Amino acid sequence: MKRRDFLKRSGLAATSMALPVLAQQPPPQRFQPVQDIAPLLAQLTGGATPQPGGIEVQLPAIAENGNSVPMRIKVDHVMAPDDYVTAIHIVAERNPRPLVASFHLHPASGRAEVSTRVRLAGTQKVTVLAELSGKRFLMTQADVLVTAAACLDESM
Amino acid sequence: MILGRIQVPPNVRKGEPFEVRILVQHPMETGYRRDLNGQAIPLHIVDKLVCRVGGAEVFSAELGSGIAANPYMAFYAMADASGEVEVEWRDNRGETGRVSAKFSVA
Repeated sequence: MKRRDFLKRSGLAATSMALPVLAQQPPPQRFQPVQDIAPLLAQLTGGATPQPGGIEVQLPAIAENGNSVPMRIKVDHVMAPDDYVTAIHIVAERNPRPLVASFHLHPASGRAEVSTRVRLAGTQKVTVLAELSGKRFLMTQADVLVTAAACLDESM
Repeated sequence: MILGRIQVPPNVRKGEPFEVRILVQHPMETGYRRDLNGQAIPLHIVDKLVCRVGGAEVFSAELGSGIAANPYMAFYAMADASGEVEVEWRDNRGETGRVSAKFSVA
């Protein structure tokens, strides 16, 4: 075989082998489905209707890694002994366990502000529910775009 | 004993909120991951954390698997007299940890 022929044939073989690989679809990405968090919120509020707003949620607009997303929550409310923020709940609708954390505050906290780092299984709305004394509630939602979701592989 | 760190300003003003920062060393396994043999790694999380200032509770948290590994938390506390901030936590296997830091009221 001449060198020229060999190169032609091997080139053909290489492309014919490469083509099926290229033609293959990338494996479909499995996303966590968005869950209906209304029953969970109803359980947390005990049926009361939360007022929108009053909470400042600092979340990055784009989180590169869902395994650790910094989050800061400030509730705009006094911390008087008889009227204060009793609890802050974080709910992530796409997480397999939507209730991420509950923080309980006291008047001696002085300020209703909490920061933490959360796991997010995909781009979603994060709901923050603040409970005020006298079973009143505030609620705010924040959008976050998660590039690499946490626990995507085995969670389905 | 689960390790952790705490950071509190050494000098605080009377009746003014100061920031308490906590870092707990814990894997926070979600229970959804698998090891190299395909065996499910069981849920292993710190689920309860309490902070007391001068013996009185100022903050507590119930954490889920949605908190990132090595849980970090920052929150506020107030004090009228010098004392100690102590934070205790417990994981779902019953292991506990504790850190404390002293502060003085100016």
